[in-house]
Amino acid sequence: MSVSSTPINRPIKSGWWNSRTFRRFVRHRLAALGVVMVILLTLACVIGPYLLPYNDLYIDLRARFSPPLTGYHFLGTDPLGRDIAARLLMAGRISMLVGFAAMILSTMIGATIGVVAGYYGGRIGTVLMRFVDAVLSFPSIFLLLALAAFIKPSPIMITVIIAITSWMEVARIVEAEVRSLRERDFIMAARMLGLSNRWIMFRELLPNAMGPIIVAATLTVARAILLEAYVSFLGYGIQPPLPSWGNMLNGAQQYLQSAPWLAIIPGVAITLAVTSFNFIGDGLRDALDARSDLN
Amino acid sequence: MTRYILNRLGQSLVLLVLVSMIGFAVLNLAPGGPLSQFALTPGMTQADLDRISAQMGLDRPLVVQYADWFWRLLRGDWGRSFRDSRPVLDVIGGHFGATLLLMGTATVISVTIGTWVGIKGATKRYSIFDYAATVGAMVALSIPTFWFGLVAIYIFSLKLGWLPAGNMYTIGNGSFLDYAIHLIMPAMVLALVDVAVWSRYMRTATLDVINQDFVRTARAKGMTPRRVLMKHVVGNALLPMITLAGLQVPTLLGGALVTETVFTWPGMGRLFLDSLGYQDYPVVMGLLMFSAILVLLSNLAADLLTAFVDPRIRLT
Repeated sequence: MSVSSTPINRPIKSGWWNSRTFRRFVRHRLAALGVVMVILLTLACVIGPYLLPYNDLYIDLRARFSPPLTGYHFLGTDPLGRDIAARLLMAGRISMLVGFAAMILSTMIGATIGVVAGYYGGRIGTVLMRFVDAVLSFPSIFLLLALAAFIKPSPIMITVIIAITSWMEVARIVEAEVRSLRERDFIMAARMLGLSNRWIMFRELLPNAMGPIIVAATLTVARAILLEAYVSFLGYGIQPPLPSWGNMLNGAQQYLQSAPWLAIIPGVAITLAVTSFNFIGDGLRDALDARSDLN
Repeated sequence: MTRYILNRLGQSLVLLVLVSMIGFAVLNLAPGGPLSQFALTPGMTQADLDRISAQMGLDRPLVVQYADWFWRLLRGDWGRSFRDSRPVLDVIGGHFGATLLLMGTATVISVTIGTWVGIKGATKRYSIFDYAATVGAMVALSIPTFWFGLVAIYIFSLKLGWLPAGNMYTIGNGSFLDYAIHLIMPAMVLALVDVAVWSRYMRTATLDVINQDFVRTARAKGMTPRRVLMKHVVGNALLPMITLAGLQVPTLLGGALVTETVFTWPGMGRLFLDSLGYQDYPVVMGLLMFSAILVLLSNLAADLLTAFVDPRIRLT
């Protein structure tokens, strides 16, 4: 396949927007935008709560349901009169922390299963990869909710459950990567040197599969933040009074007419965070995978 | 071909067994296991619990219990709902239609819009449209479905008053139009993520086909670009989309769960949440297994359909 492929119905119009340089630039721009947004969001959530006059649990009954930009509450207040800005930032700490922790855990599970399946291949590999297929057959929200309803929900358990339902992509990616790396000379050399299987898997193969793993891990953060929002919105995730972006939306629907900001503000925060991580992941894929240049 | 079909059927059976094992493991994670429903009854002593446990066969080894459970699963005996003692499969059956209608409509919407956007993006590669579609798809994938639903309700029901905010029909008015009006918003909301996925895949698939020799030959023959696109490119690019349709079923089912909750749509997703709330574990487990089996079947159907349509597989 040639690199300079031509669309069939017209020649490529030459303009400033369709050079490959510009395309890469845009993609990298989006990724850079994502990085900046993630840094800003993180800083806001870490430092912000100290700068606000209210904390996330302070109940100001006289100021219940104040709309944003009125009175003393910058983003308004919720049905109990708690400051939404303060809750949003504290919720961001929880949601992003859960997202990151779930990403680390699920990447560890996925990478381990993937490298074992890819390296040994044969019967072990088949059984492990069929197991991955089987877990993927369950819609992850169903599995997540069932587990969350059975187990006492704490932020740590929610993180673990999210990891349990989102490691499969990483496992598939690592397995495919390792299977193609396995026959390469440097692995042969490692075998001939008499290195142990464990050394070869975790010191030789995994580091060489790092590119795709990092891409998948970035996208997993986005996914984990979304999943946390889903379970918490439905009432089975992070439990109040601890705020999370998802549980701030729980109950917002009944006030949609009178207090729409309750529903809108946390959703914007979730979308911003998730979009940023997806942009970063896409940019990384572009940078690390030469094939993506063709599309 | 026969060999391929048998092979694929065998794979599905293996997966079904694995899926049932995971389901059984989840079932045993339930607090107090299957006995939990009785443990809360006042006046229940440990001796009573032991007797019930023996009656239900819970004192047997796990392997035997699993084999028994799996056998009943295959025979269609999925237990009874704690809530109203109806057989689980009947309860699920009563809600399946609504979900199927929602998912079907959403799929039609997303396939139509998604393939159009994908083809246009691929043929006018690097155009402003292509960039907008790429970025738009990524944002669409990042919006929480339930929040998009809330925003849609706020705009179209509360502010503009064009569409109903929930339910499947107005009580006392079961006309086709009434159903359609209630269906529009949830189906669009559910389709959002899918449109993004379809457009991305269709774009890649179209580009793959466009770069192949037979397309160049067709153009060299002097065929108009439009005819080349319609006759040679689109058909071939749609082939891998059959598999994608199968792969999208779990995402759709998950999306349906949240969409149904926001729009009080009486489908399987709402049933799942309601059953969780009532700790109606037989229905919860039933739905978990039902959705997984649905996913297995749709993947199988997609692969068989591909094999049937694609001569490269059909003739081997």
